[in-house]
Amino acid sequence: MSEFLAMGGYAWYVWGSYGVTFLCLLIEIVVLLKREAKT
Amino acid sequence: MRWFWYASPQTFFPLAGTIARWCGIAAALLAAVGLYIGFFVAPTDAQQGEAYRIIFIHVPAAWMSMLIYVVMASWAALGLALNTRLSGMMASALAPTGALFTFIALWTGALWGRPTWGTYWVWGDARLMSELILLFLYFGFMALRASIDDPRRADRAAALLAIVGVVNIPIIYYSVQWWNTLHQGASVSLTAAPKMAATMLTGMLVMALAFWMYSIAAAMLRVRSIIRERA
Repeated sequence: MSEFLAMGGYAWYVWGSYGVTFLCLLIEIVVLLKREAKT
Repeated sequence: MRWFWYASPQTFFPLAGTIARWCGIAAALLAAVGLYIGFFVAPTDAQQGEAYRIIFIHVPAAWMSMLIYVVMASWAALGLALNTRLSGMMASALAPTGALFTFIALWTGALWGRPTWGTYWVWGDARLMSELILLFLYFGFMALRASIDDPRRADRAAALLAIVGVVNIPIIYYSVQWWNTLHQGASVSLTAAPKMAATMLTGMLVMALAFWMYSIAAAMLRVRSIIRERA
């Protein structure tokens, strides 16, 4: 598991990419659902 | 089929909700499969090690950033030509998601570039510059729309900007051929055999489909809010 997370020494690059992407999409979904609920 | 039936925002509203729901579900399932292939099936790259796994989101995000722009500009052009209300709403609904994928493409590209090229960013690389211009085109589109109070006039002004900006899309696409700067050529093209392992390609295509479904769902959800807010 820790080997998987280490990504062969590229952890920051790989998880930095996937993390920010996931966060961006999550924020967009939350904003959209809030807007849908409000109007 | 009665295409113009759905050109009315009020009749399109419930359909947009149905499309958003199903595309959202499809996006989640495809992303799960794509990530599984990307992390557990696709082998470690001989040259780039594990860092290459970034391409499973980088390439699909870059594709979406260009595709969404073309679709957005097409809706904008349709709105100018036919003066249909829904067209401008669709264009506005696509812009933020397009900008988001453009940012993701730039961000993941930087994080891929650092271990592979030795640098996060290069001023003057044709591909990087034209993709950055794409981000500014999305921002410009949204800012221009927001700055004009009358929604119909805002739609027309923003449509002109979107249509002019389409010039940038072939520049992004062919930038790696026209200018021999740092960004490498296409790994996948319609005219040549892909230059990567089959499992890597499959993972990338499944992720591309997931992003595609996500974008449709997001745009449909946003257009519903726009329809209600402008009603």
